[in-house]
Amino acid sequence: MASLVGSRVERKEDTRFLQGKGRYTADINIANQTYAVFVRSPHARAKIKSVDTSKALKSSGVVGVLTGKEIAEDKIGGLIAGWAIRSEDGSEMKVPANPPLAKDVANFVGEPVAVVFAETLDEAKEGAEKVKVDYKVLKAVVDPAEAMKSDAIHDGVDKNLCYDWLLGDRKAVDEAFAKADKIIKVDLINNRLVPNAMEPRACVVDYNTASEEITLYTTSQNPHLSRLVMSAFGGVAPENKLRVVAPDVGGGFGSKINVYNEEIVCSWASKKIERPIKWVAERTESFLTDTHGRDHVTHAELAVTNDGKFLGFKNETIANLGAYARVFGTVTPTYLFGPCATGVYVIPAAYSNVKAVYTNTAPVDAYRGAGRPEATYTIERLVEKAAMELGIDKTEIRMKNFPTQFPFKQTLVHTVDSGDYVAGLEKAKQMADYKGFEARRKKSEANGKLRGIGVSSYFEACGIAPSAAVMSLGCGVGLWESAEVRFNPTGQISVFTGAHSHGQSHDTTFAQIAADELGVPMENIDVVHGDTDKGTFGMGTYGSRSLTVGGIAIVNACKKIVAKGKRVAAKMLEVNEDEIEFKDGEFVALKSNKKKTIGEVAFACYLPGQRDEMKSPIPEGDEPGLIESSFFDPANFSFPAGSHICEVEIDPDTGNVKVEKYTAVDDFGRIVNPMIVEGQVHGGIAQGIGQALHENTQYDETGQLMTASYMDYTMPRADNFPEFNLGFTCTHATSNPLGVKGCGEAGAIASPPTVMNAVIDALGGQEISMPATAEKVWKACKAMKKSNAKAA
Amino acid sequence: MKSFNYHAPKDVKDASKLASSNSAFLAGGMTTIPSMKLGLASYKDVIDIKNIKKLSGIKVSGKSVTIGATTKHAEVAASKDVKKAIPALAKLAGNIGDAQVRNRGTIGGSISNNDPSACYPSACMALNAVIHTNKRKIDADKFFTGMFETALKSGELVEAVEFEIPEKADYQKHPNPASRYAIIGVFVAKHKKDVNVAVTGAKSCVYIDQDLSKKLSSNFSVSAIEGMEVKSSGMNSDMHASAEYRANLVSLYAKKAVEAC
Repeated sequence: MASLVGSRVERKEDTRFLQGKGRYTADINIANQTYAVFVRSPHARAKIKSVDTSKALKSSGVVGVLTGKEIAEDKIGGLIAGWAIRSEDGSEMKVPANPPLAKDVANFVGEPVAVVFAETLDEAKEGAEKVKVDYKVLKAVVDPAEAMKSDAIHDGVDKNLCYDWLLGDRKAVDEAFAKADKIIKVDLINNRLVPNAMEPRACVVDYNTASEEITLYTTSQNPHLSRLVMSAFGGVAPENKLRVVAPDVGGGFGSKINVYNEEIVCSWASKKIERPIKWVAERTESFLTDTHGRDHVTHAELAVTNDGKFLGFKNETIANLGAYARVFGTVTPTYLFGPCATGVYVIPAAYSNVKAVYTNTAPVDAYRGAGRPEATYTIERLVEKAAMELGIDKTEIRMKNFPTQFPFKQTLVHTVDSGDYVAGLEKAKQMADYKGFEARRKKSEANGKLRGIGVSSYFEACGIAPSAAVMSLGCGVGLWESAEVRFNPTGQISVFTGAHSHGQSHDTTFAQIAADELGVPMENIDVVHGDTDKGTFGMGTYGSRSLTVGGIAIVNACKKIVAKGKRVAAKMLEVNEDEIEFKDGEFVALKSNKKKTIGEVAFACYLPGQRDEMKSPIPEGDEPGLIESSFFDPANFSFPAGSHICEVEIDPDTGNVKVEKYTAVDDFGRIVNPMIVEGQVHGGIAQGIGQALHENTQYDETGQLMTASYMDYTMPRADNFPEFNLGFTCTHATSNPLGVKGCGEAGAIASPPTVMNAVIDALGGQEISMPATAEKVWKACKAMKKSNAKAA
Repeated sequence: MKSFNYHAPKDVKDASKLASSNSAFLAGGMTTIPSMKLGLASYKDVIDIKNIKKLSGIKVSGKSVTIGATTKHAEVAASKDVKKAIPALAKLAGNIGDAQVRNRGTIGGSISNNDPSACYPSACMALNAVIHTNKRKIDADKFFTGMFETALKSGELVEAVEFEIPEKADYQKHPNPASRYAIIGVFVAKHKKDVNVAVTGAKSCVYIDQDLSKKLSSNFSVSAIEGMEVKSSGMNSDMHASAEYRANLVSLYAKKAVEAC
């Protein structure tokens, strides 16, 4: 039987998605449901003097109005920071309380202050307008660099500083810098991004007054984790009385990791008003309150020799956390960022110092790549600038500093198990026709255009786990993943996973893996996820972990099924277990060539006996049934890597930047489904190009989000992209039995510096910040013309 | 969205009778509906004019092209008659918004709303359009009076727009990357006697750039306006484009339009 792993199997989920049959949270309606509308702070920072709900309560159709006062009285806990980060001086990070409904003070525009439940959505909206909140507006803190000089937003958080974190050795770095021929410096802004999942957040809550169980349907990347947090920290209900279901989820990019205010409030309130509740975010609410991404201000330096060897690296970053620290908010700019900031290079000495600050803006959390795009942007801008300043070819300087031995002990934390960075970059050069660039540049020049080429080589640490490692870095939970493989008596198989697809094609990829392991057609396999009442437990999907952690748990559970199947088949075929071979779904007795299919064995496991004969196929010590589970905790992170090359053409008259060519060569280890992997890379590159050229989240100085709709926030569109030219090198990971590496975030990690390096190349080295919008580029072109004229 | 009374009259007279200070005419609904949904606008009566047959359609005579108020952008873009008589007008319509917008949005809605970044007002100005309403005929230069403001009075409804067929014309726009409205749009029309350069997006309301128009009237060529500086004073400056950048674009796109004529 041909292996399914490695083939371009069409996606099982496409049938429902392309026919409009997906079932999302907002599609769910429960008899007798009420509609929730949240009253949100219109101010970035304001004292809540009073909340008058009397008029709203009298409004037509209103069933209930709840405020921060009631939720505090019921001792419902708030939102949490999932990682505890320690400052350089050893002190613990400062995390303010984040109540689900603000009671005394509101800290960003859109923060929920009260909620209205009514019979219809219109009545709920009408009621919400009648809630009178008396605010005393305070001066907002918006700029992250200014935050440390501003009044404290939260009591007890001096200088708005959550932590001042250090990774690495300052002294060793100073020594390395003293030996350098040249110091390359960059000042960078990693622009804040709004995730913009296609499906806005939503929740539907059904409280069962008989069983006292709450069922929460929600848009989550990790329903089990949501249940744990809501139960352990929110105190909404004990875990056994709380069922969390995340049905089809239409994109998340990290923004649906967090348990949000609305889910906690609606779950708590459903019990209180004894009615089901439905809440669906409007797009403006998504812009204002989904956790945002990035938002770093960085100064970084690279110490180099004249012949292009890297000696040392330092990185001083201010990370904007927004108003509150959320689940991955504190780890994204530290352990997901600092270790990767030295990139794919051998750099003897390095440190990253990150100051995370609170501001009166939407909370910032993990967003596709989480920390690693910021890291890659930092090092790859430095490397490209070093090549320019030293007059060394930009690919040659990279090759010169790549490690050639694996495992590669990277400067700060990671030991990278496998890779071949030289092969990746060589392949990218070839595919991009790197040599032919000069001719293309001249051609552009003849047409009055500026052409630039940019390179970026990246690695990233993903597949987040292993539990001991992440917990040692401050994570509040272990990051293993679970799976259960359940054979039904009639031979179909349900594969339960704790990972949860919000666009990653788990139905297909996981079925491919299980079908290969069990030797059955993948049509017989259903992948089940997203329901705490179905799967045992799980950590969810983020950090490119589904396949490398969750997929391996499936493999291991399948292996247990086969092991038990072998014992049962041996008894059925009356041979010793070691005389049985399992191949293509059949247990074969080697000597006699008699066989039992895995389906027959499963049947026998459930119906272990027959009429008139007292003979069980179940060996002594085994139990009936054919269900196995596995909790997989890998030995290491997964380290995808690669090199991307981009060519842009700039119209100096308008400043328009056109991405002419984009080549990506990635190493994702063994590839399960090339078509799905290509889709992930396409999406990632699109997001990265969006960050580099288009997406420009803007708050004004009072903390109002100026780009809170698609009229003003530029989402990249298909006509902003060229055809992507993708290639792969596949050095298998050694940290898991499939040899796979994560692929979900790589595109978004590698592409911003690749594009920006190309833009800056076209501008003759003139630095420009992201996003490189037309006007910014036009201004740079004008400056270039002036300096060229002077030189002439 | 607040509740409202929905009306779908079959003729203009009825539509006009229903109108009040608390009503809105609804054509494609490209602005009215989002404004209502966002709570920025609310009306007691919404008067849907899509069912009034005489308001839709395209007529071409020897001298002019007349487009009914509820004619959709996609219809104008696809019209063989428009393409033949004023190709620049078909091109303009074909680049408004996206396919969904072009299949809903109408010319009457666009000019009645008079968004400072809308495309159609520039065509009206450059092509000496006459706006036919249920009450009177208004010249384009008297019709667009300010930001989101027109000469239309309460209950007055645009029925059709009559464009003068020029010798040559072209429209060039620099779209806002987010909304794809015009950051600036320049409509250049060469008529028998003179040339009109109409600019949208740059200021609070569409206008004719007199300097460019005058220069091109005496010499219709790119070289005539080469090096001519367009002043940024009075131009919009926002997070998408500074006044200086807009001024640069107006001069650039005027040249592009002349070149394309």
